[in-house]
Amino acid sequence: MENRGLIKVDLIFETIDSGKVLSKAFRMSNDEIIKEILDSGLRGRGGAGFPTGMKWKFTAAEKDQEKYIVCNADEGEPGTFKDREILDRVAYKVFGGMAIAGKAIGSKKGYVYLRGEYRFLLPQLYTELDKFHKLIKEIGYDFSIEFRMGSGAYICGEESALFESIEGFRGEPRNKPPYPTTCGVFNKPTSINNVETLVTAMMIIEKSAAEYVKLGTQDSRGSKVFSISGDTPTPGIFELELGMTVGEFVAEFGDGDTKAVQVGGASGFCVPRKKFDETIIGFEGVPTGGSMKLFNSSRSMYNVLHNYLDFFTEESCGQCTPCRVGCQQLLLGIEKVKKGEMKSVYLNELVKLADTMKVASKCGLGQSVGNAFKSIVENFREEIIY
Amino acid sequence: MYNTGNLVKEMVERHGRNRDSLMPILQDIVGRHNYLTDEAMVEVAKELDISAAEVYGTASFYSFLDTEPRGRYVIRVCKTITCSMKGKNDILGAIEDLLKIKLGETTLDNQFSLLETNCIGWCHKAPAILINDMPYTELTPEKVLDVIKGYMNK
Repeated sequence: MENRGLIKVDLIFETIDSGKVLSKAFRMSNDEIIKEILDSGLRGRGGAGFPTGMKWKFTAAEKDQEKYIVCNADEGEPGTFKDREILDRVAYKVFGGMAIAGKAIGSKKGYVYLRGEYRFLLPQLYTELDKFHKLIKEIGYDFSIEFRMGSGAYICGEESALFESIEGFRGEPRNKPPYPTTCGVFNKPTSINNVETLVTAMMIIEKSAAEYVKLGTQDSRGSKVFSISGDTPTPGIFELELGMTVGEFVAEFGDGDTKAVQVGGASGFCVPRKKFDETIIGFEGVPTGGSMKLFNSSRSMYNVLHNYLDFFTEESCGQCTPCRVGCQQLLLGIEKVKKGEMKSVYLNELVKLADTMKVASKCGLGQSVGNAFKSIVENFREEIIY
Repeated sequence: MYNTGNLVKEMVERHGRNRDSLMPILQDIVGRHNYLTDEAMVEVAKELDISAAEVYGTASFYSFLDTEPRGRYVIRVCKTITCSMKGKNDILGAIEDLLKIKLGETTLDNQFSLLETNCIGWCHKAPAILINDMPYTELTPEKVLDVIKGYMNK
């Protein structure tokens, strides 16, 4: 496997001439833009990692006159705060990325769905948006963006739940297929992309795909903004080239006593110390939307798991039984084992339940509860029991 | 309880009468009064020509669209893992002692409500709270008291 160590990058927050990059993009044909993004190997930066170029290609292929580009700024994954920082510092690049995506798929209208917790950013974002609308008018291109706010529901980060919320309904995920590229917001073809993905796309147009692929590995091209928190002397936002191991990451950001790293937030994976050096952060190893939480030996992994399960129990939308009941039972289950009301072998039953949730849940929330649950129970079994 | 008066009409004028106007309307009412009364929800339903159950069903899905009375300042203490590890309980205890209320309660003068919330995206500056829309980060029990006393004097 390729391994290039830990390299810091400055791409997302680099200052660029937005007008110049947009003019360049608008001179390109739709196919040229999509080809450039496909060639760059860019995969969605929200965590799921779907190839961005493919998403744009599918949406572009739809015949409907009315299409939408939606920016998913409902950053709710515990431990992720990079989208807030991006919107705070380089919102013009988010809007620019949306316009480029809009051009590529043939959409004149974009929505930014911003989580309610970030409402304090709105005044400055409206100022930036006014500037953007003026700029785009000067260039002579027809594209406009509107903000829609969330109201404290983690599930609305799931794309189809987000559409429901924009449309004014409960944020309950839809069945798939149809996928957003054919039937998204207002039942129109929609490309929904994460904040960072859109900024990265704009930077790829500026720098070219050929330049971008020099960063990262075969499966995980480029760089990514990481949100680093927990037991670390340097919590914060860092942009790093993809392809480093957890071991290299811990050497840079750990406090010398790191026993586990939770990669990808509550819905991600827990990597224990013994697996640090063999685990690559990226799509070939553990994927992440950017959330990296470090835990040192003073932390109880039971408390960590309990906190995550409590989170999921509250945030499950409740429409499908495997997720609604499953989250509650996993939480009750580890409490019973801890209290000694159930024998430790009961954990094996709970692992089976987590497997069932992965298969039977309707959306990514229920499907990924098992990631943290299994990786913590398997690697820190004694901490859950005693 | 607040008097809805012309509030709903004003919001409808601003956001329109479509189904997708519902969230912005409810959010703006909450922005002004911190919670939704039954009267407000029924009036929104009439204006949008949908059933009141639809309005309540939507509102009750979202944790920030409160349908129970809340004070002028809603304090939301983040309880997710990093804040929890970095002293969330001390922050909560300090606020409870100052305001003489427990989690979930509102002060008698209707000035403050105290709630917990899930990750608000300030893990690198934990522990963190929201007071209405404003985040306060890297708190200590002393610092959070200063913040809240600031609101008391507003």
